[in-house]
Amino acid sequence: MVNKNISKVLIGSLQELPERLGKTFHVGNIELAVFKLSNGTVRAIENRCPHKGGVLSEGIVSGDSVFCPMHDWKICLEDGLVQAPDKGCVKTYSTVIEGEDVFLLIE
Amino acid sequence: MGKKKLVLVGNGMAGVRTIEEILKLTKDQFEITIFGSEPHPNYNRILLSKVLQGDTEVADITLNDWSWYEDNDIQLYTDETVVKVDSDRKVVVTDAGRVEPYDEVIVATGSVPFILPISGADKEGVTAFRDIKDTEIMLKASKKYKKAAVIGGGLLGLEAARGLLNLGMEVNVIHLAPYLMERQLDPMAGKMLQTELEKQGMTFLLEKQTKEIFGKERVEGLRFSDGTEIEADLVVMAVGIKPNISLAVESGLEVNRGIVVNDYMQTNIPHVYAVGECAEHNGIPYGLVAPLYEQGKVLAKTICDVKTEPYKGSVLYTQLKVSGVEVFSAGDFTEGDDKKAVKVFDEQDSYYKKLVLRGNQIVGAVLFGDSSDGNRLVSMIQKQADISDTMKVSLLQPTGQEAGASLVATMSDDEIICGCNGVSKGAIVSAIQTKGCTSVDEIKACTSASRSCGGCKPLVAEVLQHTLGSSFDSKQQKEAICGCTTLSRDEVVEEIKAKGLTHVKEVMFVLDWKTEEGCSKCRPALNYYLGMVNPTGYEDEKESRFVNERMHANIQKDGTYSVVPRMYGGVTNANDLRRIADVVDKYEIPLVKVTGGQRIDLFGVKKDDLPKVWEDLDMPSGFAYGKSLRTVKTCVGEQFCRFGTQDSMGLGIQLEKKYEGLQTPHKVKMAVSACPRSCAESGFKDIGYIGIDGGWELYIGGNGGTHVRGGDLLYKVKTEEEVIEITSAYLQYYRETANYLERTSAWVDRVGLDHIREVLDDKEKRKELSVRMDKALSVIEDPWKAIIEDKKLKKELFETVITS
Repeated sequence: MVNKNISKVLIGSLQELPERLGKTFHVGNIELAVFKLSNGTVRAIENRCPHKGGVLSEGIVSGDSVFCPMHDWKICLEDGLVQAPDKGCVKTYSTVIEGEDVFLLIE
Repeated sequence: MGKKKLVLVGNGMAGVRTIEEILKLTKDQFEITIFGSEPHPNYNRILLSKVLQGDTEVADITLNDWSWYEDNDIQLYTDETVVKVDSDRKVVVTDAGRVEPYDEVIVATGSVPFILPISGADKEGVTAFRDIKDTEIMLKASKKYKKAAVIGGGLLGLEAARGLLNLGMEVNVIHLAPYLMERQLDPMAGKMLQTELEKQGMTFLLEKQTKEIFGKERVEGLRFSDGTEIEADLVVMAVGIKPNISLAVESGLEVNRGIVVNDYMQTNIPHVYAVGECAEHNGIPYGLVAPLYEQGKVLAKTICDVKTEPYKGSVLYTQLKVSGVEVFSAGDFTEGDDKKAVKVFDEQDSYYKKLVLRGNQIVGAVLFGDSSDGNRLVSMIQKQADISDTMKVSLLQPTGQEAGASLVATMSDDEIICGCNGVSKGAIVSAIQTKGCTSVDEIKACTSASRSCGGCKPLVAEVLQHTLGSSFDSKQQKEAICGCTTLSRDEVVEEIKAKGLTHVKEVMFVLDWKTEEGCSKCRPALNYYLGMVNPTGYEDEKESRFVNERMHANIQKDGTYSVVPRMYGGVTNANDLRRIADVVDKYEIPLVKVTGGQRIDLFGVKKDDLPKVWEDLDMPSGFAYGKSLRTVKTCVGEQFCRFGTQDSMGLGIQLEKKYEGLQTPHKVKMAVSACPRSCAESGFKDIGYIGIDGGWELYIGGNGGTHVRGGDLLYKVKTEEEVIEITSAYLQYYRETANYLERTSAWVDRVGLDHIREVLDDKEKRKELSVRMDKALSVIEDPWKAIIEDKKLKKELFETVITS
């Protein structure tokens, strides 16, 4: 086992996050898109579509997927996988909700 | 008791159809084995001409795919030819040396193309037109060679010729008779057909007998008996077919022209049957599809030991499958002796119809130009209907829409609509009523109607229309909004209205969407339709808006945005320009560009800056991002121009102020020019206005984008009030009937200029549309201003959070 430094970053309160809309966060050098889904879960992914670097935070959210606003690639927010017929993967980040506070876990 | 062994020789349409009929009767009585010489599963040979014409592909004409054979436990051997049926040992023997025992065997070997016994017929570049292989030879040849000659001006020859024409070849059709399709048409129709096909680009050499095909290894030309010759580097022989009886002869079956069968499709040897083109019944070998299916039914019952009516022969009828030409022929179409004809000939519109009567019965018909009556006439011939009470000429009336509807209405339930697959009107009606079929495609999947030649599609659509009544719209067939539903745009809008649905999730829930939250196609579409149906009550759902329409700016490839403030009619002033300049400086906007719509675009604005930029600009949104009115482009007009006959800027500004912010299925662009020089390019806009002396011309459906289309003149009017009223009615009708993301150019083509004019000509309707437009306009507010004043929204949409 290698110990990893995991930092826990508070990004705001649950009720402030708009439902089914993305929000852009800069944490250090990383730009993330954070989504609160209809079922209340919060998902965070790198804010760059693997296709042409589109900002995913502005995509249409459906269930646990987001459609890139540039060329309509469909990306799963659970695992970051691009859905067929396109291919690729986006980095995902874990989130933790404690009470009303939403935290990001950054390695 | 063990299963009986059933062997089918020939994996084609007639044989496999018989097996399908048998499986309908019994699933487990037989162990079935099929042999086919071709390497493909059963495909629709009739549609090869459509493949050649480029309307469909080989993959799409498969009738029974590999899994069908598996699902039905059928042992299929392709690429393997049966060489002998040994009825003493009750086995068949194949060219691969396989010996397969049988209890019952069906011979369905089809026909072989007739190859003229002339010298050179074996040269490279000479082919028949019978199977996929032949089709592929022609497709390949067309890429390399240019000069095609088709020998035979019958059904198959003409279909091949049309295909080769589509493939870019020059086509000569050589025909022995003095007119085309002499086996199916009378001289009159044959000549009309020739004229039509010549217009399409075919060249005909009639009354020519081919004597020789010359060339080295590959064909180089044809020589005729009169000594003349032509060049050709591809020759298609389509002079006819003959029953394929070699196996039958080898096996000792009784043959004449075909394999002789009785009324139950039995040959002279017990347990050996023949069906389809290889069989000869009552002296006739049939070469068309419908009789084969009728025979298949009788044979299936015979083999399964089910009581059946005997096969009593078929009425022959046929339809030419060449796009742009409608030709139909049925039964005995020649007059003379005791047969008399009723004819209608319209030279102007180029149609011709002929009925042949014997006493009070119709025995044959020829239709040219409009074949929609074909099925009805065949059914009258088959039933030997007595027409003494009918006005003869009324039998031949061209079917307008109303006549068409009443046509299927008068058909009885047992009348056959799809002759190829023997599907009755009753079967189709029941599929619509009990299985919920709502499109021709669904009916096809359910009943097989229109599955083979497709000729009955219009009739199936009519039955559908007649059965569904007012809820049917033929223009809006079968196109689902997206993969999340099977419903079409019209069905969804209808349901929204009927059930009073009020938001996107409700629509998806009530209408059984396959996905819980839809996709990027249906969400914005539903959001639009809901707002269109209920403009004053519906609350727009920003989550279902595409980024640009949610952010009210155009996203760029780097995630920044462009901002276009409203500049009515492309007219600006020093104050606005100064403010724009100040904003550019303050927010360090990297690019300022004049747009094609006569306004100014600010590129590279950061997301967070958008609300501040709007606030500082203090100008309305230009909706450059919206499915909405974009700009109204104007020329300078009578205020300055020495040619201007109208105040184009004035009208442009008035229009832009009235319709700004209107939600439409797709973007809408306008232009106003003060004279026919049309400096504002009014002919390429969704609606364009051109000033003339004493009035305005209105052009609609123009487009200068992906699909360039010149606008159609809709009206000439005198006053600006009329301009506004028509514009309102036109745009509202577009809003109410177009598919989401359908530009007016496509919409006008789809619904038809005449139809739009008909709607707008109706003073009542025009007024109602105009009123509904005003209602939609009444709730529009400037989105930039709304966001500036709404702190929560501003934060939700535009804030980027920076943590360390």
